[in-house]
Amino acid sequence: MEIKTTAVAGTLESSDIQIMISKGSNGIEIDLDSEVKKAYGDQINGVIESTLKDFGLTDAKVKAVDKGALDCVIKARTLAAAQRATETTDQPALEVL
Amino acid sequence: MTYTKKRLRRTMMFVPGNNPAMIKDAGIYGADSIMLDLEDSVSLPQKDAARLLVYEAVKTVDFGNSEIVVRVNGQDTPYYDQDVRAMVKAGVDVIRLPKTETADMIHKLIKDMEAAEDEFGVKKGSIGVMAAIESAKGVLNAPEIAVSTPLMMGMAVSGEDYTSDMHTHRYPDGREMEFARNMVLHACRAADIYAFDSVFSDMNDTEGFYRETNYIHELGYDGKSLVNPRQIPMVNKVFNPTKAQIEQAKNVQNAIREARAKGSGVISMNGKMVDKPVVERADRVLSIAKASNLIDEEGNYIEK
Repeated sequence: MEIKTTAVAGTLESSDIQIMISKGSNGIEIDLDSEVKKAYGDQINGVIESTLKDFGLTDAKVKAVDKGALDCVIKARTLAAAQRATETTDQPALEVL
Repeated sequence: MTYTKKRLRRTMMFVPGNNPAMIKDAGIYGADSIMLDLEDSVSLPQKDAARLLVYEAVKTVDFGNSEIVVRVNGQDTPYYDQDVRAMVKAGVDVIRLPKTETADMIHKLIKDMEAAEDEFGVKKGSIGVMAAIESAKGVLNAPEIAVSTPLMMGMAVSGEDYTSDMHTHRYPDGREMEFARNMVLHACRAADIYAFDSVFSDMNDTEGFYRETNYIHELGYDGKSLVNPRQIPMVNKVFNPTKAQIEQAKNVQNAIREARAKGSGVISMNGKMVDKPVVERADRVLSIAKASNLIDEEGNYIEK
């Protein structure tokens, strides 16, 4: 799967997470901003990475701003951003979730 | 989750489909049904994100005992097909079709749901449908829409779109809604499905909310659509039978039992005639009381 454009999904409201995905060449690189990074940073990064891999992306730069999102929100927003970046939103990749 | 035809449906709370904070908390307020919305509360550029969010939430979030209804986008939009496909795979209880105007629109929805059920191996008939009636055409076709499928759970009359279609707007006394409310309700009763009234959106007008809720309860509606969880206890207060009504219903049941023992279908109780329709009403009061946890298994009133 190829990233065609830089794309964002999610908001900066409470319980949400904003994910920005752009082209990368060095695996999945995640820059996470979260108030709970110390406690949950690894968990959040893990969910983002596995969602992207399941979708078929191996190289991507990810900027994530977390506002206390649950795993289900992180997954949904990551997939939404990934589908926007690969211009595949017309075919929701439900099998990834 | 599997669609249940008969259950308590006094309150149907609208939750915007692209709002994680509201979706995550939706189950804690004790709404009988939660309606996750992909339609009007979601802006056009966010339709894809909301669909994925609602899909994942339905699969993972605990909504307690609430029934999960999802309002998909209308059949005249490019989002409808994938909305239906995703919600069937997610396994929602009921799919709500907005702007329903003809029985054919429901036939199309059922066909599309069946295709998705085949695609994902979902059991046929495990998801119900409901129709939102939002136009003059929809109101006039309500009787056909109500009987268009055995999977029809109910119909809701939607005030904002309907009044706008009628070249008016909503007034505090609700007279502009009279025909639509009665037509949709009659269609529902004739088809033995549930009837839901429109939302009341002025949260600061408590008196007006009670006036409207009492009115639609008197008409015979099963429940009301809500935009704010604060309205849930208010609707329940109107819809739940009182202790006196419950006692009266039990007396009716006892009276008719006595009558039947004597080989009669009618009896006088405190000077009032008790016959079949009175007994049916009493049965309904007690079944609502039981479903609302107002009485125990034996029918004793639970003091709160």
